[in-house]
Amino acid sequence: MPGKLKAKIVAGRHLPVMDRASDLTDAFVEVKFGNTTFKTDVYPKSLNPQWNSEWFKFEVDDKDLQDEPLQITVLDHDIYSANDAIGKVYIDIDPLLCSEAATVISGWLPIYDTIHGIRGEINVLVKVDLFNDLNRFRQSSCGVKFFCTTSIPRCYRAVMVHGFVEELVVNEDPEYQWIDRIRTPRASNEARQRLIFLMSGELQRKIGLKVLEMGGNAVVGYLQCFDLEGETGLVVRAIGTACTLEKISTLTSASTTHPSNSSPSKDMKEPIFGEEAPGNPLFSGPPTPLRVQTFSSFSPSKSYSRQSSSSDTELSLTPKTARIYLSPSSPALESESSPLPSAYLPRHLWPGMASRCTTPPPLHVSQSDTAILRKSVSFSEELLLAASGMGSGGSAGKDAGPLKALMRQQTQSALEQREYPFFTLTSFPPGFLLHVGGVVNARSVKLLDRIHNPDEPETRDAWWEEIRQEIKCHAKALGCHAVVGYSESTSICEEVCILSASGTAVILGSRFMQDGPLDTDHRLSRQPLVFSTGAERVEGDMGSSISLGFEEVAPPGCGFCHIPYDELNIPFPAQLTNCYCCRRYKVPDVLFTTIDLPTEANITGKGCLIQARLCRTKKKAQGEGNATAISNLLPFLEYELHTQLMNKLKLRGMNALFGLRIQISVGETMLLGLASATGVYLTALPSPGGIQIAGKTPSDITYEQHISNMQKKINDTIAKNKEIYEVNPPEFVEEVIGSPIPEPRQRSRLFRSQSESSDDVSELDLSYGKKDAFVLEIDDTDAVEDIHALLTDFPTPPGFYSCNTEIMPGIQNWTSAIQMFTSVRVFRLNNANLTNQGLNKIFSELCENLLKSFYFKLRSMVPCCLCHLNFTVAIPEDELIQVAVTAVAMSFDKEQTLENGRQSGDKTLIKAITENDEQLQFSLELNAELSSPNPLSSTKGLSDVSGSHLSARASSLEKASPLPEGRSRSLRRNRSYSGSSVAVVKMTPLSLLPGAKIIKYLGIINMFFIRETTSLREEGGVSGFLHTFIAEVFAMVRAHVAALGGNAVVSYSMKECVFMENPNKNQAQCLINVSGDAVIFVRESELEATSVQPQSATTQTSNGGEGT
Amino acid sequence: MSVELDVFVGNTTIMDKEVYQLWLNGYTVNDAVKVRIEGGIMEECEASAEVLLSDTMDQYRTFQMCERLLHHPAKLANQLLFQIPPDRQAMLIERYYAFDDAFVREVLGKKLSKGTKKDLDDVSAKTGIMLKSCRRQFDNFKRVFKVVEELKGPLVENIRQHFLLPDQLARDYAAIVFFANNRFETGKKKLQYLTFHDFAFCAGQLINHWTVGAVDNMMDDMDVDLDKEFLQDLKDLKILITDKDLLDQHKSLVCTALRGKTNVFNEMEANFKNLSRSLVNIAAKLINAKDVRDFFIDLVEKFIEPCRSDKWTSIDVNLYLIHYTNSVHILDTFKHHGVWNRYMGVIKSCILRMYHE
Repeated sequence: MPGKLKAKIVAGRHLPVMDRASDLTDAFVEVKFGNTTFKTDVYPKSLNPQWNSEWFKFEVDDKDLQDEPLQITVLDHDIYSANDAIGKVYIDIDPLLCSEAATVISGWLPIYDTIHGIRGEINVLVKVDLFNDLNRFRQSSCGVKFFCTTSIPRCYRAVMVHGFVEELVVNEDPEYQWIDRIRTPRASNEARQRLIFLMSGELQRKIGLKVLEMGGNAVVGYLQCFDLEGETGLVVRAIGTACTLEKISTLTSASTTHPSNSSPSKDMKEPIFGEEAPGNPLFSGPPTPLRVQTFSSFSPSKSYSRQSSSSDTELSLTPKTARIYLSPSSPALESESSPLPSAYLPRHLWPGMASRCTTPPPLHVSQSDTAILRKSVSFSEELLLAASGMGSGGSAGKDAGPLKALMRQQTQSALEQREYPFFTLTSFPPGFLLHVGGVVNARSVKLLDRIHNPDEPETRDAWWEEIRQEIKCHAKALGCHAVVGYSESTSICEEVCILSASGTAVILGSRFMQDGPLDTDHRLSRQPLVFSTGAERVEGDMGSSISLGFEEVAPPGCGFCHIPYDELNIPFPAQLTNCYCCRRYKVPDVLFTTIDLPTEANITGKGCLIQARLCRTKKKAQGEGNATAISNLLPFLEYELHTQLMNKLKLRGMNALFGLRIQISVGETMLLGLASATGVYLTALPSPGGIQIAGKTPSDITYEQHISNMQKKINDTIAKNKEIYEVNPPEFVEEVIGSPIPEPRQRSRLFRSQSESSDDVSELDLSYGKKDAFVLEIDDTDAVEDIHALLTDFPTPPGFYSCNTEIMPGIQNWTSAIQMFTSVRVFRLNNANLTNQGLNKIFSELCENLLKSFYFKLRSMVPCCLCHLNFTVAIPEDELIQVAVTAVAMSFDKEQTLENGRQSGDKTLIKAITENDEQLQFSLELNAELSSPNPLSSTKGLSDVSGSHLSARASSLEKASPLPEGRSRSLRRNRSYSGSSVAVVKMTPLSLLPGAKIIKYLGIINMFFIRETTSLREEGGVSGFLHTFIAEVFAMVRAHVAALGGNAVVSYSMKECVFMENPNKNQAQCLINVSGDAVIFVRESELEATSVQPQSATTQTSNGGEGT
Repeated sequence: MSVELDVFVGNTTIMDKEVYQLWLNGYTVNDAVKVRIEGGIMEECEASAEVLLSDTMDQYRTFQMCERLLHHPAKLANQLLFQIPPDRQAMLIERYYAFDDAFVREVLGKKLSKGTKKDLDDVSAKTGIMLKSCRRQFDNFKRVFKVVEELKGPLVENIRQHFLLPDQLARDYAAIVFFANNRFETGKKKLQYLTFHDFAFCAGQLINHWTVGAVDNMMDDMDVDLDKEFLQDLKDLKILITDKDLLDQHKSLVCTALRGKTNVFNEMEANFKNLSRSLVNIAAKLINAKDVRDFFIDLVEKFIEPCRSDKWTSIDVNLYLIHYTNSVHILDTFKHHGVWNRYMGVIKSCILRMYHE
């Protein structure tokens, strides 16, 4: 009823030859939506048919509009036999359903066939007329905006951040249905592609409903994943952060959008961001009446009635704990956990939290040997959680009234269960983040079972609930009430599945959640100065903090480093010192987080990518045995990864990790662990001590010598790294440098093996500045190997930096030259009898070599930084290791001083604010322009419009441009592209484009493709096959963005790349899932360039084919 | 332990000019890696042989994928698979269609047939250009030939538009197509001293002045064939050598004009009748396709070689030809001034170009 979808097929080009006799094609098109199909006429004998069809109109429910893709099939008409399919185009019409996104889809889209790849292009026009549906019980959620970006999108401001939304839908995988035995690979692939399209649509709609329920209008940090479970089905799940966003133009009237008009019930899920004592976040009286209502609305009945139509289980409240499941993992895990009484659970939770899954900064390392012990405890805790999920633990806990602590725990958990204070965001406006506790992290091993009723995906839901619950507890243990930078992932091998979740436990500023707008952050421009001496900085910080007027006068440059937990009652042993910036609050000695570096953070020098890589062999096993084996290995794996990270961090003379992402991948005979993060030197934190090597069996002189050699190497490396990354701690550190070699008691020890001493575990040094060295004890060959591995990390070649966060801490003056790339390598281990050490070495080399390759390939961009380096590891089959990397290389200008960078940054910021109004009008005009029926002119028109409109301001912006003269050539080149017949579309995994302003978000891009071949050799082997496929995926993403009227994809990511081969049969298959936000950007420095009309004219003619 | 799969795909397709050239030159991946290593890139970029190999393989793959687009360069601009900046596209096309002078000299004027292609290994052996590269160049010639053969309008412009080639390269291809179409003999020993560029220049002259398109742009005919009518008219020039009076008159006019202006005056005077006969005979015979093929060999044998043996300088030749051409207009009984000018204009510039002292 409430929507009319209109599609028009204009033309095709570059079609393949379908009729060998005439070398031509008789093409026609089928346009299908839901169950309705239209056909165009046959355009005979042409590879460039001009259909120019009528408008095909589909009158459909808006629920279907959200769920279904528009399916366009191009066929070759054949009189005598069945028509041959040339290929298909799936168009996600979701962007058209939101008034603020795209208004029309128009352009050349690649025609894709799962066997042949791209086969020509088709020009289509798609529009939607949507009638508002105000039905309270509606099942659609049109108009909710989705963003992959994990920060508040530029050109929006957050009126309210509501909190965590999640959903999952399951279905049978068509590849594993009985019918797959009789249908063609093409039919099977298409069924799969279509199903996933449908499922993502449904998922998005359901998430949208939840957002509306909460009173929000957008989802930020939307992360959707697939679990290809195989026999047991296909799970599509998504998490995100619900927000109420507002176009930034109305910035001045912040009060108008205060959510007072939203119904109380809608605010049910609003998180509590009080500055109350940690550990009791829910009951501390929230100041606003809204919060009280939040509380009262916790009646299950209400929630049920609201959700009655929806099949999902998310809103079921208290009863959830008492839900009875048949956990598939139960047999394996229960056996171990059953001896523990259920009442034991809460007490046990505490140590478990602090040890296994939480990886708060100094945890495993400074904690030394007891970590091992705790590992086992934590493991059992994990089992307990599983057990509780099985209906015994949870409900029993609830009944166990006498135990007070337990009671509190349970009630709380009952309340908090449906209210995860999680945020998928990774960067925030200044002041949003008050304190950071550390990384929290939870994993569990599950055995997959068949999902009997796809409409009730209880087990999968329950699994995630357990994990989230655990995360929440860990956060609480760190004295934090919220988790940011939250993400979830899985790794599946046969019937074993590892679920992982991680995030950063924090305390958030409550003011921001209520009325303070979350401004769009111009991170590039707001990067603080990090150059000044410590003393100056302190002054500056204090000044600004006062002006900002926080509840707690926390200096923005260091406030987030201050410990959120009670210093006398630390949840884990840590070395606390006074903050090196303000000297008033306590800070830990190291800080690990999963978020991006806060813009206001004071750092010294530059950052760098730090990776810990680990391989562990494992015996082949089946079912429960396998799950148990994996569960047993996991804690060790995490511990080792953590140790490696810590050592490498010290080796670089740094003291904090941002963007930490630990990926654990499971295969039949091994486990892979890869932890990536960006190390920085936080000025507020104490300078890290060096690494000391201590031999355990002195006796031998050569051995001593060996050790001292190694020690020297390490010291040299540290010194060199400090130079490379410009890590020069501020002067006042010198005061305390008196004890370069710390006394034994102050050392925190890192033992490779279970060692006896545990005296120094909880040794706290509260006097600031007492530096301590890190002791690596060599007691076996393993340790020697480890240290070697530590030192073999290839240093980045001169001119290169790398990080896995959005932008490199310490670099401001980016040019507009960017190059996004995806690289995939698969490595075969031919030798089955590899030791752990050997495997480690191979894996580590594989990653290092990949990086080396990047540096080489991108050498023309120097000086440049590889940003958002996202490594994904997988074990596609036995003896194969697959590493896929997506990143962006961004050039920066070395000569320009930081001061200049800051100045220009400030200017841009001012400009941004003053221009907001104009920008909005501007983008509206663009809209009109874009809706012009000629698809080719749309992008051209865009650049013209932008040129003429903004040229007036161009001169003033000129100074603000961070681009040096030397880059102008490459710029011009980029721009001239827009004049050519194919519009240039930039792609970046970041949420921003340096030197450019995003003026409009056009909607989310979420695409899933399958490619299969039965002629692998002919297509250039596995590399040729995958190379083509990835290029095709890029091409399709670009084409769809261009059709929406965009010129860039931000927050692009390749979330899935599943590659399978069978060289003997000459076959291969690959699945790729990509996502991102389609945007329109205007290049700041290009504004004046476009205003020079003659120039653009010449470039256009040269594109016309005259050549240069 | 081996790398089973290794790909790198950039949103903007990364292409290394140096590797591209190695690929075009027909190097295998391993040879290309060797060349790169010898080029010192490893020291320069701190790269290992492994990295180089991976990069080279990757680039080769990219080029192979691009190759089918390069066969129709217009497609490169509006294809969606590779995002290549326009200046890069131009570079790719230009280099793909570039050819070796040594190679083109071997096949110039030959029929672009399968037979010729089969003989390419000989050409490869003779020129030292890799067979793969020879094949590419040959296929380029053939492809351009096939496309423009059927097209109307100016040849150079057609080539430039269809293959997006820079002006000079388009002109060279026009020459190649023109030579292949008219099957001019260029392989004889006596012609070996001439470079491709000499021939290309001459082809340009012929295309601009002796084809149908040369006189009338609106004509529907093509640029690749000589103007039949013109060739027919050339027969009328025979009167210059058959009519004794006319010949003597012509000689005296030329000699009067040249006297004292050159050191080889005596030789000029002595050879005038021979040279004039040669030039007019060449003109008269051009109506036969067979003789068109021998056009260049005739010019060399009948005009250039006699002059050279008499040690004329190119200034002498120029002077002689100017007066030889202009004097004709003073002859009262000669009526074919248009044809004469059209003929001699081209002959003069061709001879001057081909006259290597």
